[in-house]
Order: sequence, then C-alpha cells, then structure tokens
Amino acid sequence: MNKLTLTSKNFLILRIILLVGLIILVTLPFYAAIYTTIFLSTIFMYIVLTSSWAMFSGPTAQISLATAAFFGVGIYIAATLGTIMPLLVVVLIGGLVSAALALFVGGLTLRLKGIYFTIFTFGLLELMKNLLLWFEIKFTGTRGRFVVVVDYNTVYFIMLAILVLTLLTAYLIRQSKYGLALQSIGEQEEAAEHIGINVTLVKVFTFAISAFFIGAAGTIMATRWTYVDPYIAFNMNFSFTPVLMAIFGGIGPLFGPVLGAIIFAYLEEILITQFPYYYMLLFGIILLVSVLYLPNGLVGLIKKWRARATGGEHGNS
Amino acid sequence: MIVTILDVVIAGLLLGGLYALIAMGLSLQYGVARVLNISHGEFIMLGALTTWMLYTAFGINPLLCLVVCGPLAFILGFILHRTIYKRLSVISATPGIFEGNSMLASFGLLFIIQNLALIAWGSKIKGYSYLAVPVDLGGALFGANRLVTLGFAVLIGVAFYIFLTQTRLGKAIRAAAQDPSTAGLLGVNINLVLALCFGLGAAMAACAGMLISMSYPVNTVMGMEYTVIAIIVVVLGGLGSIPGSFIGGFILGLIGSIVTYFEPGLALVAYYIIFTILLLLKPTGLMGK
Amino acid sequence: MAILEGEGVTKYFGGLVAVSDVDFHVDQGEIVGLIGPNGAGKTTLFGLISAALVPKPGLIRFKGENITGLKPHQICRKGLARTFQSVKIFPNMPVISNVALGVHFGTPERVTSAQAVEEAARLLEFVGLSAMAAIPAKDLTLVNQKLLEVARALATKPEVLLLDEIMAGLNSTEIAQAMELVSKIRAQGITIFMIEHVMKAIMSVCDRIMVLHHGKKIAEGTPQEIATSETVIKVYLGE
Repeated sequence: MNKLTLTSKNFLILRIILLVGLIILVTLPFYAAIYTTIFLSTIFMYIVLTSSWAMFSGPTAQISLATAAFFGVGIYIAATLGTIMPLLVVVLIGGLVSAALALFVGGLTLRLKGIYFTIFTFGLLELMKNLLLWFEIKFTGTRGRFVVVVDYNTVYFIMLAILVLTLLTAYLIRQSKYGLALQSIGEQEEAAEHIGINVTLVKVFTFAISAFFIGAAGTIMATRWTYVDPYIAFNMNFSFTPVLMAIFGGIGPLFGPVLGAIIFAYLEEILITQFPYYYMLLFGIILLVSVLYLPNGLVGLIKKWRARATGGEHGNS
Repeated sequence: MIVTILDVVIAGLLLGGLYALIAMGLSLQYGVARVLNISHGEFIMLGALTTWMLYTAFGINPLLCLVVCGPLAFILGFILHRTIYKRLSVISATPGIFEGNSMLASFGLLFIIQNLALIAWGSKIKGYSYLAVPVDLGGALFGANRLVTLGFAVLIGVAFYIFLTQTRLGKAIRAAAQDPSTAGLLGVNINLVLALCFGLGAAMAACAGMLISMSYPVNTVMGMEYTVIAIIVVVLGGLGSIPGSFIGGFILGLIGSIVTYFEPGLALVAYYIIFTILLLLKPTGLMGK
Repeated sequence: MAILEGEGVTKYFGGLVAVSDVDFHVDQGEIVGLIGPNGAGKTTLFGLISAALVPKPGLIRFKGENITGLKPHQICRKGLARTFQSVKIFPNMPVISNVALGVHFGTPERVTSAQAVEEAARLLEFVGLSAMAAIPAKDLTLVNQKLLEVARALATKPEVLLLDEIMAGLNSTEIAQAMELVSKIRAQGITIFMIEHVMKAIMSVCDRIMVLHHGKKIAEGTPQEIATSETVIKVYLGE
C-alpha cells in the first residue's frame, strides 16, 4: 500500500543484497579482528537506537527525548539481573521493562498537546537518574553496580539479532495499515481521529514498541561497561545522537536512520579517543546546521537531487 | 519545632528565589518568542562557571560579575535569536513546526555550549567561598551568601516586573506575548522584541548561575537539571505568564525544601510528580491563559 | 425516528458563547441543511456532534444512544462521519490510501489490505475520482480534495454524514455536481446534515433547514418556510 515504487526486479535485487549482507555480518566474527567486531556492535546499537526513535517520532512528528531513559533502564536491568538469569532472558526483560515505562509515560502524556510530550521526555532522564541515585543511597548503600561480563562475540550476535528485529519491525509497521495510520496521524491528526483511528492508542503502542528495542539494546551493551552508575547509565548523549543521526540521515524512509547512524557512529569511533569533547561539540553543530538548512535530512537531499536530475517527480493532476 | 519550620520555610524561599529567576527567563523565551530553549540551563552554567573563574583566577567579586555576565549573556542570547531562531521562524510552515524545530535547535545548542564548557573547564566539580558567614534568623542559621542570593533574585524579579508593566518596551513585550501578529500591526518591531526577550531570558539565566555559584558547588553538567526545574515552574505558573513563573518558583522551592527535609534526594522526583499531575489536570497552570 | 438529536447543546470559549442551548434533530433518511451568517456557530455545532469538542452543558444522541463525551474515533465507528470546512485530507498520501484508511479503521470489521483497496477504488468511482487514485492528495485541486474527503468519510460506512461547506469555492458546474452527489449519497440510505452558504443548493436539495444566529437556533422548517421567514430574512439582510 505504500510508496515504494520498486519494480519486482529491483525488489529481488534488493533482497539478494540484503541477504548477502546479512550472511557476511553473521559470519564476520569468525574471520575479522576483534576490534572490527566490537566496532560493528556499536554501529548496530546506534542503528537500533536511531531506527527505533524514528519508528515513532518520524511519522508522528512528536519528538521523543526519552531514548536515553529507555536505554538506561535496559542498562540497569543488565546490572541487576545479569548475573542471576540467562543472558537472552535478561535482554528480553530489559526490552519489556522499557516498553512498560514507555506505555506508562506515553499513556500519560501522548494525549497532551505535542510539545508537552517532548518536554516530559526531556525531563524523564533527570528523573530516572535522581530516582535511582536516591534508591541506591537509601537501599543498597552503594553507588552503581557491576555488570556481568559477556564475551565480544556474544554481544555482537545478540546486537545483530536485535538490529534485524528492529529493522524488520519498522518495515512491517510501515507496510501495514498501522504504518499508514501513523503517517496520517502525523499529517492530519484531527482527521485521522475522525475516521476511526484511536490516535492515542496507536501512538502509545508504537512508542512502546520502539522503547522495547532501545531497552534491549541497552541491556546487551551494558555488558561492555563492567561498572555502571546512574550517571553513566542515564546519559543525555544517548537521546541526542539518535536524533542527530535521524535528522541528518533523514527521518522518513527506512534508510535515512541507518545511513545517519553509520556515518555518525563511525565519526564518533574515530574522534572519541582523541577529541572526547570536540566530537560532541561537532555533533551539536551538525544538528544545529541540519535543523537550519537540511529539512529532510541527507536522504531528502539525495531524493531532491535525483528528482531534479530525472526532471521532476509525479505528474500533477 | 518552630525553628525547624522556619528553617524549612526560609530554605524554601531561598531555593524559590532562584527557581523564580530561572523560570522567568525561560518564560520570556517560551512565552514571547515561543522558543522552548532546552539549553536554558547551559546559560545558567555559563554564568556560574564564568563567575567561578573570575573569582578564583582574578579575585573579582561575584556580585560585580552580575554586571559583566548579565549583559554578555544578553548579547549572546540576542545574537542567537537573530541568527538561529529567526531563520527557523521563516522556514517553519506552522507554529507547531517552529516549536519542534526551535526545540531541536536548542538541543543542538545545549551540546555545543556544554561541550565548549567541558573543553574550557573540564568536568570536575568546582566551588568557591564567598560571603559564607552565617546569619542568625530567628534561631536558624543561614549563610549570608544564600540570603544575598534571595535578595538579588527578588530584586531582579521585582525590577523586571516593573519593567514589564511600566515601561513602553515592557508593554510591547507583553503585547507580543499575547499576540505577535497584532502587536506587529500596532507598530511593535516584533523581531526586535523577540530577540530582546530571548536575550533577557539568557541574561536572567546567567545571573541565576552567578547567584547559584555563590552558595553551591558548580560543574559543567549542572545545566540540565535546572532546565527541567525551570520548565516545571513555567508550566506550574502558566505558560506565557511571567508573574506566574515568579510565584511558581517560590511554590516549587518551598515544596522542594519540605521534601528535602523528609527525604533528601527526592526533590526532583516530587517536582516531577507535581508536573505530571499538572499536565493531566490543568496544563495551563496556575495563571496561564 | 430521529437518528441524530441534540438537547440544550451549549459551548463557551472563554467568555464567548459559540453555541447556545440548541435543540435539534435529524430524522433517518433526511437531508437537513444548517445555515446562518458567518460566526453563527455552525461548524462549532458539527464539532460538538463529532466529539472534536465537548458540549457544556448539553446532550447529543445518536440512534437513541447518548454519545456525549465519547471520543471522535468511537463516534465514527458508531456510524457518524464528517467532512471539514478547511479540507483535512492526508496530503502526502496517494488518494486511494486516504480512502483505504477510512475503510480500515472506520468500522469495527477487519479487512485485508486488498479488500480495503478494492473498497476504496469503488468509493473513488462513486465520487468520480478514479483517475486520481495514485496521485498524492496535496496535488489535487480544491474541489477534488473535497470529493476525496467525502469518499474518505463514506469509507467509514456512516449512517449519518456531516458535510461542512463542501460547496465553498466551487463554480456553478461543480456545485451542480456536488448537489447530485449529495442526492446519490442519500439514495444509498445515508442521512445527511449539511452546512452550506450556497443558498440555491441548500434550498433545492434539503428536506428541512435549520438557521443559527449568534449560536442560537432562530428558525427551522422546510426550504419554503425558511425562504419566506421574516426572522431569517432580517438576519441575513441586516448583516
């Protein structure tokens, strides 16, 4: 039902490329350097965060700044349950608890006028940080906790699995009537409500689904940190970078977030050791410039160039 | 018993004065210029750290810094509005889109300012001692620095209130807050007023930062928590109402002091619960339109 | 039997009264017109019926059931659809998707994508937009966008259709076509309640007309009665 105007031949080629790509990625740890495996895990994580963020905030145009909060919840689930339950179960729980938080927050605030939701998600991070700090001081007596250690390859495979699930879910949603409903909500919410779409329910559900993947990603990535405390776990950078990646890459289509995530994850990797604050500064500048001059992100820009090159888009009525 | 209550109440007023100041600044930016400036806290941080630096490096009296930091922050805010937010208002198709875009731009600004500060000053907590002499108020002891903070906060707030209600420029600002397009028709140079308000908001944030640095330790990542508090106060007082932000600040400060007395560390959680209840029951706040 | 009725419907915006103590009823199978000078509260009344707004005080009943306080999507599913004075189509979606959405979500039945598209195509043909099925809705002319809104509303299988000034901005040929469409819709068994400024159209197509002025109902009757009513003439000429 959507606008993918791919011919069946194009579609087949795309599927073959994806399959080949997937095979390469799955077998990678067996022949690549450890550094590559670790690096790719980080890129997968960013793609998951960005795609999940775009899954909700893209079509509805309601900007969520809660990504870091869900990510942090996932991290803390790993820290508390990582040593007492099998890893996959913990990852699942991390996703589910984050989704539950999203249901709660979304249920409360998604019925409100747009900007209130964003404000609420912005403050959510500080709230969680404070709450956990207080909890730790009062009940556990220590600050922070140690996380179970997991080997690099396992992290890689689980992260890859989460990535595939996230992108698949994003794709299926877009192709389904719910994806269409989401888009209609973003374009003309009042009309959507009047043709029978339970706008709040659709929003809350999509928000929760996106939070599930963010939380799961947090849980598995936490194992690389060995020690976490509320400051490490609840870090605004994780709300910021997905927004940057999606806006720069292009929020709408599936590839935008992926492209943006790869570009900036790579940039971060190169810059983080040499210039820890400078790279975040650069990212801040890029976000600002993107908002000012790049309304549809990189993908939008590419689309515009292609349209200009082929002489315009669909004919008018 | 009475001493304890007095203790809590005065501590609440001290906190409230600060909250009122930072909220009024944000209220100007959001209520008039319609910019949800989530980098507001970073201006507070800049004021705080600049004061710290000037005091510890050059021995400059923090109160004197007000005279320096305030106008500097104003100019910075003014320029930022003219360059960033004005352009956004031009390219944004609807007010809703402008709100979203300006919030995103502020988000970027947050990271730019914070990381510039991190590069300049590092991430360690800093503090200094100024006017830390205890003053006895009815049996409860308070640092003179904190009383000065309250005094200044109230002073700035009242001065600002007078400015808004008694001067022509102040009235133009209020007109612009009510209805930007009509105000424009009535001869108000709306772009100038918006940039002025943004600058004033930034100046108030910097002043608040300077006052905070007198009584509390500061660091380069302190901004965000204050931004959240400012937002809560603005919503509590009523979006677009500057007197509302003033009163709301004191209310929240008192609540914070009471909560801290019973359970230290849960103040922000309490604020957030109030925030949530407000949003659900009366999003227009106490005095909002 | 009144399929849609309201009792004492009132709405204040701040201190301003938009709709004041209006009683109304629409019987099954009727075409009822709602007229009145600008600002009379007509669109507000529609908003109150479709639950975009909540009457305070006042009561609205649909098929005998009190629907005051329900949400718009619930009211739609019960069988009441509307179009909007300022056209609210989904601009970046193809025309057929606009309508298919209505099919998917407008009724409690579940349909497959294929069925929805099929039904949407049928509706597009009903309103005469088949040729535009794949075009993004924002690229349509105004009159076609209005037709699209009608098709989308029809997709939700309404028993009552609220039309808000669908003829505004249309030329005389288009108005005639619109009138024909309205008759066609009624022939399908759908009751119609329509706001209109184009007097000629309202007079010829409606069974009954209601007149609002400053939020109050000042007259009600057949087109004949309304055309000759002194109160109504005064209200319009006095403007």
